[in-house]
Amino acid sequence: MDLTVIYYSIGILGILGLLAAVVLYVVAQKFKVEEDPRIEQVEGVLPQANCGGCGFPGCHGFATHCVQSDSMDGLLCPVGGQPVMSQIAEILGRAAVAADPMVAVVRCNGTCEARPRNNRYDGTQTCQIVHSLYIGETGCGYGCLGCGDCVRACQFDAIHINPTTGIAEVDEEKCTSCGACVKACPRTLIELRKKGPKNRRMVVMCRNMDKGAVAKKACANACIGCMKCQKVCAFDAITIDKNLSYIDFTKCKLCRKCEEACPTGAIHAVNFPPRKPKTEAPAAPKAETAAKPAVATEKPIVAPKAPAAEAAPTAAAAPVVTEAPAKPDTTVVTSSVETAATPAAPAEPTNK
Amino acid sequence: MNKLIISPAPHVHSDDSVRRNMMNVIIALFPAYLVSLFFFGAGAFVVSALAIVSCVLFEYLIQRFLFKRPATIGDCSALLTGLLLGLNLPSNLPWWIVVIGALVAIGVGKMSFGGLGQNPFNPALVGRVFLLISFPAKMATWPTPAPLVKNWFTYFDIDADTAATPLSQLSENGVSAIAEVDFWHSLLGLMGGSIGEVSALALLIGGAYLLYKKTITWHIPVSILCTVFVFTGILWLANPEQFANPLFHLTAGGLMLGAIFMATDYVTSPMTPVAQIIYGIGIGLVTVVIRCWGSYPEGMSFAILLFNGVTPLLNHYIGPRRFGEKKK
Amino acid sequence: MKTFKIGGVHPHDNKQYSAGKAIQQVPLPKQAIIPLVQHIGAPAKPVVQKGDEVKVGQLIAEPGGFVSAGIHSPVSGKVLKIDEAVDAWGMKMQAIYINVEGDEWEESIDRSDKLVRQCALTSQEIIKKVAAAGIVGLGGACFPTQVKLSVPPGKKAEVLIINGVECEPFLTCDHQLMMEHTDEIIVGITILKKALRVEHAIVGIENNKPDAIEKMRQAAAKTTGIEIMPLKLRYPQGGEKQLIDACTGRQVPSGGLPIDVGAVVDNVATVYAVYQAVQKNKPLISRVMTVTGPSVENPGNYEVRFGTPLNDVLAAAGGIPEDTGKIIGGGPMMGRAMSNTDMCSNKRVSGLLLLPESMSVRQAPQACIRCAKCVQACPMGLEPYLLSKMAAHQMWDELIEHNIMDCIDCGCCMFTCPSYRPLLDYIRMGKGKAGGILRARAAEAKAKAEAEKAKAETAAAKA
Repeated sequence: MDLTVIYYSIGILGILGLLAAVVLYVVAQKFKVEEDPRIEQVEGVLPQANCGGCGFPGCHGFATHCVQSDSMDGLLCPVGGQPVMSQIAEILGRAAVAADPMVAVVRCNGTCEARPRNNRYDGTQTCQIVHSLYIGETGCGYGCLGCGDCVRACQFDAIHINPTTGIAEVDEEKCTSCGACVKACPRTLIELRKKGPKNRRMVVMCRNMDKGAVAKKACANACIGCMKCQKVCAFDAITIDKNLSYIDFTKCKLCRKCEEACPTGAIHAVNFPPRKPKTEAPAAPKAETAAKPAVATEKPIVAPKAPAAEAAPTAAAAPVVTEAPAKPDTTVVTSSVETAATPAAPAEPTNK
Repeated sequence: MNKLIISPAPHVHSDDSVRRNMMNVIIALFPAYLVSLFFFGAGAFVVSALAIVSCVLFEYLIQRFLFKRPATIGDCSALLTGLLLGLNLPSNLPWWIVVIGALVAIGVGKMSFGGLGQNPFNPALVGRVFLLISFPAKMATWPTPAPLVKNWFTYFDIDADTAATPLSQLSENGVSAIAEVDFWHSLLGLMGGSIGEVSALALLIGGAYLLYKKTITWHIPVSILCTVFVFTGILWLANPEQFANPLFHLTAGGLMLGAIFMATDYVTSPMTPVAQIIYGIGIGLVTVVIRCWGSYPEGMSFAILLFNGVTPLLNHYIGPRRFGEKKK
Repeated sequence: MKTFKIGGVHPHDNKQYSAGKAIQQVPLPKQAIIPLVQHIGAPAKPVVQKGDEVKVGQLIAEPGGFVSAGIHSPVSGKVLKIDEAVDAWGMKMQAIYINVEGDEWEESIDRSDKLVRQCALTSQEIIKKVAAAGIVGLGGACFPTQVKLSVPPGKKAEVLIINGVECEPFLTCDHQLMMEHTDEIIVGITILKKALRVEHAIVGIENNKPDAIEKMRQAAAKTTGIEIMPLKLRYPQGGEKQLIDACTGRQVPSGGLPIDVGAVVDNVATVYAVYQAVQKNKPLISRVMTVTGPSVENPGNYEVRFGTPLNDVLAAAGGIPEDTGKIIGGGPMMGRAMSNTDMCSNKRVSGLLLLPESMSVRQAPQACIRCAKCVQACPMGLEPYLLSKMAAHQMWDELIEHNIMDCIDCGCCMFTCPSYRPLLDYIRMGKGKAGGILRARAAEAKAKAEAEKAKAETAAAKA
């Protein structure tokens, strides 16, 4: 083989490459887009999840807006939270605006026991479809459907359907409060609420707007709009609209009086330390399992009920119920004792 | 009373199922299969059975151990792929080549895209074309067809007679070489070729069964066969010295098998009638072009694979005729 | 034999259970609950109060708007209350509760069976009478009939099409009505023809009802301008657009109404109601329902006063069988499965279908094999496999582009799918979303146009 062929081809390719490089350089210089270098810096700090939780199209859009706007008011990357925002403020040489960290809250506590299923849904497991079709498997037209639209919407694996309750639950550690689940829930159950000091907060875990008796019939844990919580609240944080109580988290001072006042246990105090060691939160799961057979829920749609529930008769659960109201502050955390109440004969642990 | 069941309408179903459709195709292939058993004897049985078993096995293994999800061999789609692959191979093919073909068909042709319904190309044809390119010699020798008794054990006899197909004779030696090929012989299947493709008549019977069962519609097979007939007819009329007559083209090679059973594969063929006809015409044209001017004697598999690739485009641009749409 | 041109499926018609069973009366209930929404459009406004005595046929709620229908008391007795009631799907609605006492009718109503042929009323008077009787389309959509009969200016009705198709499997109420009240229906058709000022009426009947075709033919021969047209058995022939296509060959354009091609479609049950309203002064207070199912003791056709609890209707048919898995209001293709039977019958419920549990559960969906059977089956020429995927991925704009709003919810795609995919579930969801988006856009465009107009006006005023 003739070596000159190789020399020629190398030479020609080399010249072509050089020409292309020159053209590219000239074009790049001529059409250079001046971009604020800080945008790139800010973008580097952002988590690059592109979730849109900030309200801008992706992290780049947010970074651009951060650099272009004059102050940091109202700008928050929900994923990165305060640390990221203070870093951005540092880059831009501004004072960071403190924003309360938020968390998504699923406002339903209609567990399988409290909210018996009276029919069986056999279509596509999508909340949207069930919601547009009918009331759902239970008698409550406001509660969690448990088909997991929010689970699918979450990019951070922070929300799951609890197999024992059939209700979506948020993993506070992972939740970035991006709001995707809020948009996904057809029943507007999920709300972004202030995470609160030491993650403590008060929430009305119900969205049922029916009249008290109707709500109570559908779900033992429903808010019945009795207004007791509103009366005990010293800070005007509680409003009642359409038979439903709502706690304004900007006004709530976490005094927990409303929780005591609530006759159905719809108001939950989350992440508070137990008040009395005897009836503290760790006891709750026990009571729950014992109480289970009180309401025969046949096939919860999400998962089978806890195995412990088989044989314990209703009577066994009863003492738990009667014991509970003896102490004024037993309605700790989740629906521990109320679950024993059958919808037919609701035994309400009132605080008297 | 039990808890009432709620689901959105409709509440009844036609009872049609993937399995039923696949089984219909398998039943429709039976006449052609019996003919090939008659002409090629044990070889036809060994090769096709091996192709079926290895396709089903590979599908099971890949789903079970690679994808780690429940195997869906119950829908009979792998069975059908295996049968079609087997029918597209010569009956004297060594067993290990058949197994490799099955692995490529299921592994590369189907599972690498995500399994049933996701593959852009017909898996059986992917397997076949892979073998055709990898083992051209082995894939181009066919045993001489002969009625039952004579050929019964030829699979195990290495020195058995081999014969070229009429199409390869045509390609190598021109029209004069096929002068003796009798139309009735090729219609019945007394000619060299892959296991399932020899008897045009048996394949037509199968096609009629599929049409009767509404498993396939007429659009694809009819448009392919008509295109081939018309195109080769024009060529033949223009120059009978150089081109074979259209009836020969219709009955020779894998045209019938391809037009009725391979091109109509649900997954890889277009959705709407108009698109199906365009797809059929395209396959017919490419087949004839390859047969008349290409270096391969037979072009059906290549034509179908090529138009499998065009299918998404056809689906995108050619929608069904809408209700109330103004006629142009 | 004629039929519609695109798509369609052949479900087993299963009419043998209740076909030919004479229409029976269901006994009066003790308490009637009458919802104020029994039609498409604005809810009716109650005109009675707690404690009022009402008679059968007395107006108890007046139309709440142009597209609305009045409601008449189907029973006599005392109004107990006007309160919320829960329907079979758990949805709440306002309803009038009446405690039934005796069966006292309004005097103006002619309760005899005598056929009244002559009708001297003008078109306007007929429409007024139909409106006053609270008649809605009894084929399923419950669209107020007088709105249909009032042809908008600029449009002209050329042909009246009567829907005697009853393409839903299992249901036989329209068939039986045609058999038992043939002459009344023919008179009703002449009245509707007069109201619409059309010369020609076509009655479409599927060929699985040869007796009804024959009987209607004989009755129609006594008058002129009524053609009985046998149609080839095919679902969804009873769909308004499909029926017009089958009978006249005209296709309603996308987003259009039947009147755009000069057609008005009414169900035979509606025609019968029109006859009773115009000739007998009897408002719409009852309808014929089919109660059927493979294991129902006495499947049949029952005339039910509105407000009768469905449990009473079921009891008349022999109660709910032990093996029941699903109770469907309407037919199996488009009916809605009920979550309870505490609801009362109303204008919307055309039948009760009780399916045993073995027929009630869906098969698990498999992968789509792109067989195009849904595309072949879709009577509107859509691509259901694509629409359902887009809806599952929430691609609303693409859905609108692919004409999802044309979907008529007939269920052919899902019926025919060999992979048992829930195509219609997603399409229905997507249709809801896409419809919402389109409405919002239209409202926005309207607001914008108005704002611009106001701006131009102020500018003009300044100048």
